[in-house]
Amino acid sequence: MTDHRSQALVVVAHGSHLNPDSSAPANEHADTVRASGAFDEVRTGFWKEEPSLREVLRTVEADEAYVVPLFISEGYFTEQVIPRELRLDGWDVSAWDSDGLSADSATLAADDVEKTVHYCGPVGTHGSFTDVLVRRAESVTGDPDVGREFGLAVVGHGTERNENSAKAIEYHADRIRERGRFEEVQALYMDEEPEVDDVTDYFESEDVVVVPLFVSDGFHTQEDIPEDVGLTDDYRTGYDVPAAVDGHRLWYAGAVGTESLTADVIIERAADAGADVGDAVERVRESTAPEPADD
Amino acid sequence: MDTERRLDTLVGAVADGPVDCDGLRVERDGGYAVETPEGRHEGLDEAALRETLAAHERLLDNWWTWHRLDGSRRAFLRWLEGADERPVDERYDLLEEGLTAGWGNLWIRVDLDDAGTRRYELRHADDADADPDDLTGFDDPLDLRRPLKFDDDGRYRPLKTAPNAPTGWRLGGLTGRDCVEAVDVAYPATVANWHRERTGDLDVTHWRETTERQTGIYGVVEELPREAVEWVAEAACVDSQCLKRREWGYDEEDDLTVDGGDGPFPCREPCSLVVAAARRWTTLEREEERTYELTLTPSEKEQVEAVIDAVADGTTDEIREADVYEGANRYRTRYLRAKRLDDEGNLCGVPTDPDPDDGDD
Repeated sequence: MTDHRSQALVVVAHGSHLNPDSSAPANEHADTVRASGAFDEVRTGFWKEEPSLREVLRTVEADEAYVVPLFISEGYFTEQVIPRELRLDGWDVSAWDSDGLSADSATLAADDVEKTVHYCGPVGTHGSFTDVLVRRAESVTGDPDVGREFGLAVVGHGTERNENSAKAIEYHADRIRERGRFEEVQALYMDEEPEVDDVTDYFESEDVVVVPLFVSDGFHTQEDIPEDVGLTDDYRTGYDVPAAVDGHRLWYAGAVGTESLTADVIIERAADAGADVGDAVERVRESTAPEPADD
Repeated sequence: MDTERRLDTLVGAVADGPVDCDGLRVERDGGYAVETPEGRHEGLDEAALRETLAAHERLLDNWWTWHRLDGSRRAFLRWLEGADERPVDERYDLLEEGLTAGWGNLWIRVDLDDAGTRRYELRHADDADADPDDLTGFDDPLDLRRPLKFDDDGRYRPLKTAPNAPTGWRLGGLTGRDCVEAVDVAYPATVANWHRERTGDLDVTHWRETTERQTGIYGVVEELPREAVEWVAEAACVDSQCLKRREWGYDEEDDLTVDGGDGPFPCREPCSLVVAAARRWTTLEREEERTYELTLTPSEKEQVEAVIDAVADGTTDEIREADVYEGANRYRTRYLRAKRLDDEGNLCGVPTDPDPDDGDD
């Protein structure tokens, strides 16, 4: 028996009854964190798959569980569904004291297990997730220094279903713009202006990396967006990366949440909530780098 | 077997209190007292204690194996080898040959390796007698995640406890810890819930409570009529569809009449798949019934029933191409469609919705 209170990381995600790839990012990132050795235990739980959110905590042995939602924005799932299904006792969204982007963590008990649960804000609104977007641009172009003479489009849902969804997109777009690495950075939406359909209208740069701010690949990232931006008339026939569209070269990246560096953000969320992760953040940043890390 | 290490650990453990495991009892009585199925030795000094225990290697190893485990993992691994029923000597004789148990579609085998340590192997139950070389081997329990996502026809399995786990694989050489981990990959949380049930601590959430909890697009499910919940359970929760044994009813006082199943691990609340399907059924049950007049021969009526049965039982693939004596045979069904469905696909030419021109107003 160890003296320290053992700690588990629990990655919670949506999952799907129809799409076998929906849960893949959560499992892959959990594997990366597991390999880092930062936690005694790493588990995954899903809204639509098993173990369910209702039962994942009972598969955890550790005294402390750091629950990190693999979601892009704060909203219905992070504020209502996940805490309810995990049976977090006395949960109220005010515990996060968030403006829609600043959820950190809340420490609670769960009704059905005897352990301390640290319920963290979603991966997608953490500051370090900006780095994942940039890393995505690097991996899709194969250029670790990509930026000069390149534009970057960050694409997401609009506010139709969740006001905070647009906030997260603008937040990361602003941060990347402030770094001055890309010639141009633009937030685009699927269901409102500025629309992703008009992506080439918003860029002067010939080369534009298009990164969808989604957790996993599915209907939106594999079918809607490729057709909307004009990569293809029919997603089933596939498309090139880069693809020529209206005099631009579009580098379409697929869901940002599948980028392996996302594992780093998951660890940072838990560390911000008090988990002792040692140097796992640095190690995961190195282990997930497409090229020898130089930044 | 590292007998000295086991003895050191046991002597250390006795200092904290009596050791009692499956017929071996060791306690301090000034010196030491040792009780085995063969008899009791008292007033032993440490050297005599060690000598006595060393002569009972299996009892010592049995204690060593279980003292390092606790909770559901320990309970499950003990259950696998019948540790609560079989005396140690008999059990170790069996372990040398290999003991097997079933868990849903899983076949689990435990035996002793050359060092006398328990090793576990998992396969699909249908592969119990297969030549290991004919099966795809895996080492890491997590490597099972991907293959178990698909059935033998390559279709995605949204429900892990559905009885359609794929065959053709084996996971061998596992420690007890990895064995439980692998079972948890195949059937998540089933060991935890099984253990809770055995210790009288299973928290069952019934239909009404589950559906009242739902929000968003699932908020409507609580409107599903009571009688329809029986049909939900019969559609999705019987053994042919899910290996969990349903323990939830309509509510605490109102059980369902549908058989809950015989599996070893319980189902403690309607799962997300059932809730999602029930959302659809809730919408469909809002429709008013209508009377249609359809003209069929008696055989055609029976054929419609046979088609429903074949689809519901998933047996359409089993009906032979030319077996036109089966109502759900493809040629038979195509013939029925050619005869009885009009160009719009209406059965017997009867429109689903009455023609507005035929109405009273």
